[in-house]
Amino acid sequence: MHELSIALGILEVTEEEVERRGGVHVEAIHLRLGPLSGVVKEALVSAWQLASEQTEFESSRLVIEDVPIAIFCSTCQAERPVQSMQRMSCVECDTPATDVVRGRELLVCALELAE
Amino acid sequence: MTVTPRIVEVRHNILKRNDELARELRQRFQAAGVYVVSLVSSPGSGKTAFLEKTLTLLKERGRRPAALVGDLATDNDSVRLARSKAPVKQIITGTVCHLEAAMIEKALGEWDLEELDFLFIENVGNLVCPSSFDLGENLRLVLLSVTEGEDKPLKYPTIFNSADLAVVTKIDLAEAVEFDWNAAAINIQAVRPGMTVLRVSAKTGHGMGAWIDSLSSQRK
Repeated sequence: MHELSIALGILEVTEEEVERRGGVHVEAIHLRLGPLSGVVKEALVSAWQLASEQTEFESSRLVIEDVPIAIFCSTCQAERPVQSMQRMSCVECDTPATDVVRGRELLVCALELAE
Repeated sequence: MTVTPRIVEVRHNILKRNDELARELRQRFQAAGVYVVSLVSSPGSGKTAFLEKTLTLLKERGRRPAALVGDLATDNDSVRLARSKAPVKQIITGTVCHLEAAMIEKALGEWDLEELDFLFIENVGNLVCPSSFDLGENLRLVLLSVTEGEDKPLKYPTIFNSADLAVVTKIDLAEAVEFDWNAAAINIQAVRPGMTVLRVSAKTGHGMGAWIDSLSSQRK
């Protein structure tokens, strides 16, 4: 359950952002999550409830966008999806993927604010 | 009157603090000339035996290794590793299932990094949680023992994908458990194409020499 550490990280970056902007209420926190980040969405949502309890973000929702894995395929010379996490190769030509360009994201990408 | 929330775009890595700290550690290690290797695996895959042998062999070659060992509750592993005569420190994580950069920084404490050539960081036995946390290492090993079966990489693709090198351990038992080398190699390459795989037995010493040679070439 390292999702609690992740949830505390979300709390920290959101706090910083709110402090910088001053006097705003955060309705929702938008995240981008890649499958290679090692974070399980459902576990993160539960951990967030725990981490945000009795903070000013208790009522802030998490809106999670999944970022699919993308590779740069050396055969196609283009960005492509992979077959699966269990088969990290190009969906078009099956060339093994050594250059992962997306899928490790673990980001806070937007905040919904009410003044 | 309803207030429409305003969406502001930001871009913050959630593990920003860990990543920043890991970067600082990496710079410290590099400045002191220490090559840092972290080890991840499931519990019981032979991390500690592999590490004890590694420390002993490096000492025999006149190198100066040290180790930090993560464990949920006990200091059994550090007691075992201390037999190698290398400096060893235990990090007891309590309920935390992985190591973070801040724990490494704290555990390094008074150690003079200039006195070391290699630092090994044994993570908590866990194939899920450690994958997200950069510890400032140069090389991340994922260990897989022959007794765990060939399909571990498919069950835990994230950790295998985050590692630089796979080490198959306890190969002295391979025949007894009918370990399928071909399937294991295919599975590892499927989740992490191009990954180098070492085969070792800490018990018989098989494969350990080649491992120590490759380490030594990192640090003249």
